[in-house]
Amino acid sequence: MSYDRAITVFSPDGHLLQVEYSMEAVRRGSTVVGVQGKDCVILAVEKRAIAKLQDARTIRKIVSVDDRTVLAFAGLTADARVLVNKVRVEAQSYRLTMEDAPSVDYLARYLAKIQQKYTQQGGVRPFGIATLVAGVNDDDKGKRPFLYQTDPAGTHSRWKAQAIGGRNAKSLREFLEKQYQDLNEDELTETKCVRLAVQALLEVVDSGAKTMEICVIREGGIKEMLKEEAVQVVVDEIEAEQQEEKRGPSGSD
Amino acid sequence: MAALIGNDILDIGSRKARRQREDPMAPGFAFGAPGQFDIPNVADPAAYCRSNFASVCGTGDEDQSVKFMKGTTTLAFKFNGGVIVSVDSRSTMGAYISSGTVKKVIEINPFLLGTMAGGAADCSFWERNLGMECRLYELRNGRRISVAGASKLLANVMSSYRGYGLSMGTMIAGWDEKGPQLYYVDDDGTRLKGKIFSVGSGSTYAYGVLDNYYREDLTIEEAVDLGKRAIYHAAHRDAASGGINNLYHMTKDGFVKVHSIDVNDMHYQFAEERARAMQS
Repeated sequence: MSYDRAITVFSPDGHLLQVEYSMEAVRRGSTVVGVQGKDCVILAVEKRAIAKLQDARTIRKIVSVDDRTVLAFAGLTADARVLVNKVRVEAQSYRLTMEDAPSVDYLARYLAKIQQKYTQQGGVRPFGIATLVAGVNDDDKGKRPFLYQTDPAGTHSRWKAQAIGGRNAKSLREFLEKQYQDLNEDELTETKCVRLAVQALLEVVDSGAKTMEICVIREGGIKEMLKEEAVQVVVDEIEAEQQEEKRGPSGSD
Repeated sequence: MAALIGNDILDIGSRKARRQREDPMAPGFAFGAPGQFDIPNVADPAAYCRSNFASVCGTGDEDQSVKFMKGTTTLAFKFNGGVIVSVDSRSTMGAYISSGTVKKVIEINPFLLGTMAGGAADCSFWERNLGMECRLYELRNGRRISVAGASKLLANVMSSYRGYGLSMGTMIAGWDEKGPQLYYVDDDGTRLKGKIFSVGSGSTYAYGVLDNYYREDLTIEEAVDLGKRAIYHAAHRDAASGGINNLYHMTKDGFVKVHSIDVNDMHYQFAEERARAMQS
């Protein structure tokens, strides 16, 4: 078979079906939620149940791409491994050539460029993943947080809060929109953002800290994976609040 | 055809090695192989090199009918008020002064200056090429390139053309987010960051003056005067330097062309100064 035969071609009504199918593959992946605060970015991923004999530590869904940038993906894990490696190499190459750290925007743009290339090349198929890239830049001493999303079509855009993967990504996005617009810039503290991310995830996962993994990137690029106990505290708070709301109207009279 | 090795005079180095691999019937000289010298594809390579690439061989170019254009003094130094770039404007081909009005400072963009020493064609082409790359970086990334990045791009190009006889000794001066920056980039891929550089046949004279009077806390007037003086002394003693001193000052708002003064006029000005100093 000739390797220059294109796999991604236009359909008669102007769709790239392979790209749309790869977005379907993303929907089959586990959910990732990202929230940008005033001085931090949160990435929260759904941890699907793993086999009893499998070592959970070897399944990393939130990966480091550079000193101050992390990435979480939804979709085919193997494709993600290849793509993340390419971005890591590019980040180091940028550091070598420019003697400077690449910006989060640059890395997101590079990811998107690669994803687009694979929709327009012969003999390859698109990557079946969408990513959320979160981090801070070196040039302003890491004060401003950034959250970017890329998708299999090769587009990238900046978001204040976004959810990818899972069957309910659309409704999660609406949930985030509703919550986010009630808050103004100053109120988006780390605590608030973690809460928002966990709340969103709880809509799609079983309750409990075991089913989620949270990563926080703070000012200056300090990364932290929240411990299970800390996450459990937030989960308990949210659930208690939800119980109150349920009982509230009936308890007031 | 058997007497000549290969058909193309440029069939040297890695191209030769590849050709040898592809065509095992070719005469078995393994040029371009690791650990061996690359030589031109002619009957007497040593004589060929000597007669045509004097600067590369390290010998003079007396026997060449068209001699290389070299011989210059360019200098640049960083101080608290920015970067001063000061150059002469003489171009010599052997004993012939081919031009007294060469522009040896290339304005890459409003925040980047490059100097020219060595082959004029190599300098001006590659620095203009660097200008193009810098603009593309701006368009792609929405901000100006750093001086470190720009000098690295140029040095990488020089590295990749190593052994091809390019001749370029340049200083890249600019002002970016890290403040005033100065890099020296060379045709063999050398890239050095520093506070004071001088390049060219008159550099030794310029260094003498610069090293004596340089301070980080010079005022702008003092720095301009130092740049002027150093070029004057180099032009005075080095036959291959002279003409007009073009002096630029790189500030945080971009570069400013400070002056263009004939070196001969400076001679009389400094002579007067010396006379006054001796009287008092």
